[in-house]
Amino acid sequence: MDRPCGVLCNSYAKDMAIVSTRLQWGLLVGGLILLFCSPLFINLQLLSIINLMAITLIAIQGLNILTGYTGQISLGQAAFMAVGGYTSSILATRFGLSFWVTLPCGALSAGLVGVLFGLPSLRVKGFYLAMSTLAAQFIIYWVLMHTPQLGAGPDAVQVSAPELGGLKLTSQQNMFYVIMPLAVLATFLTKNLVRTRVGRAFIATRDNDLAAEVMGINVFSYKLLAFFICSLFAGAAGALYGAWARALRPDYFTLMQSIMYLGMLVVGGIGSTAGAVFGTIFMVGLDQLVTALAPALISIAPQLGLGVTASISKIVFGLVMVLFLRFEPRGLAHRWELFKASYRLWPFAY
Amino acid sequence: MSEFISLVVNGILIGGVYALVGLAIVVIYKSSSVFNFAVGDFVMWGGFVMWTFLVAFDLPIWASILFAVVVMAIIGLLTNRLLISPMAGQPLLAVVLLTLGLSYLLKGVHSAAWGPTWKAFPPLLPSGKLTLGSISFSADYMWCFIIAMVAFGIFSYLFQRTRMGLAMRATAEDHQLARSTGISVKTIFSATWILAALLCLVAGVLLGSVNNLGPQLADIGLKGFPVVLFGGLESVVGCIVGGIVVGVLENLGAAYLNPLVGGGIEEVVPFVVMLLVLMFKPYGLFGLKRIERL
Repeated sequence: MDRPCGVLCNSYAKDMAIVSTRLQWGLLVGGLILLFCSPLFINLQLLSIINLMAITLIAIQGLNILTGYTGQISLGQAAFMAVGGYTSSILATRFGLSFWVTLPCGALSAGLVGVLFGLPSLRVKGFYLAMSTLAAQFIIYWVLMHTPQLGAGPDAVQVSAPELGGLKLTSQQNMFYVIMPLAVLATFLTKNLVRTRVGRAFIATRDNDLAAEVMGINVFSYKLLAFFICSLFAGAAGALYGAWARALRPDYFTLMQSIMYLGMLVVGGIGSTAGAVFGTIFMVGLDQLVTALAPALISIAPQLGLGVTASISKIVFGLVMVLFLRFEPRGLAHRWELFKASYRLWPFAY
Repeated sequence: MSEFISLVVNGILIGGVYALVGLAIVVIYKSSSVFNFAVGDFVMWGGFVMWTFLVAFDLPIWASILFAVVVMAIIGLLTNRLLISPMAGQPLLAVVLLTLGLSYLLKGVHSAAWGPTWKAFPPLLPSGKLTLGSISFSADYMWCFIIAMVAFGIFSYLFQRTRMGLAMRATAEDHQLARSTGISVKTIFSATWILAALLCLVAGVLLGSVNNLGPQLADIGLKGFPVVLFGGLESVVGCIVGGIVVGVLENLGAAYLNPLVGGGIEEVVPFVVMLLVLMFKPYGLFGLKRIERL
């Protein structure tokens, strides 16, 4: 890691530190304070978008561990989110458990389902495994659509708001303080996980699974672990989504949504914690922008019809994903690194 | 019993069309080891392009077929030239993600151009029920199967008997060696993408005329993946076997399991089959066993 001139790392701990200079500490703490004070001064609409971004970020960080660090494509992230969301809502409505119990239960159940669909990794690898997650996506979606016994079905399921000490957390501000700490925590965990023994094993598996196996890494169990963590994050995101949107519909958890999550990762930069944050903010923001601009577009060109919003956001999204892969496969995270490198040296060229 | 046999026969007949979709995946995978996740959208586009010429422009059938072939060939060619070829040297993960992005893009353009509504083909194939002894099956399914098998035959002829097919097989074996014998690998890649797009066109038109033509065709097209995994990713024969097995299981599932679970099982049976195949016979019936060396 490059450091500004004059910052010397005279111990291993210092060399490994994520935050190494006083300025970085200042920016981090200041940024976090600003982030957690933001509900006080930004309007509700923006706050709800930020909440959605934070929920999505949790799912994306999970996907980042599986796809970015372990190198396995998951086409079922949205389905695993659904598992978490529905489990949490069923536990809450049937057994009357509080949200603080159902959230980890939802995450855990999604994690276990993820392991189940990761099992073929014992025999196959690479894109064969992507097929298994594709199957997961279709099977879970089908189960949601066709089992009214679970309270599922094509219609929306109402989810009650979480409570904290007798206070119902219904407003966007309240939910912000539930969601945002978890999103920050998820990012922090991901950043640190990949620096541990487990994370290094993930990266070795991604870079060359044969070599990793020869080095004594149990590739199968690490892949399963990656599947578990990935779906655990997805499940938590799903449970949060249910509590935030107060309703769950199978239509939110389609294959398209899973592909969109992969796209967010691509845009941000695969295998980069900061990239996942950039990608989420960029893509969710873009989606909201298109949704906001579409009525204006329809008023300019009414012959396009009402269905145009959905098509435009799909086109924009597909185009962005394709163009990023084509021209900047390392994503926004790479641009950010370039910016940091030039900023560090500024005003000198090198 | 006769009901069972009719179900199997109908399954085999529709399986022929799935085999075509599978073939479209296999052709590309064999030559460039790229999984084309946009195959479902190619199928959907195939159906809708044909519908546009036939119904919206009201052209005679031979002209619509001609135009549809040209349009789909151009789409296949452009996909390869603009998106896939420039990705040479990038990790395969990136190329596969690219096809996913392409799938999104095709879905978006499709819904902008044709809208989310269902369309209907004019009856292209003779409908009605045929009976053979106690077995009954629908005539349009039979014609589907026949057309699919003709397409399959044409493909096999191209692949096995022509110089182009020889070059394709050589490219599938080894890019370096193929290039050193003077084969233009770039041209071969384009040819495989065009071929895959045309196979998707046939599949799209057939699936669109037995069911209806709608956005769901993209998901039906994804059933090509269970087909190729069952048959083995490198195998052309495997496609037919896989297609038929998937078609039959889907039909049997729809008949015997739907009353138990309340409908719609045919959407998910192929994927359950795929999961089982992945767990127990991962390289399919005719696929190459991966032998790994350091």
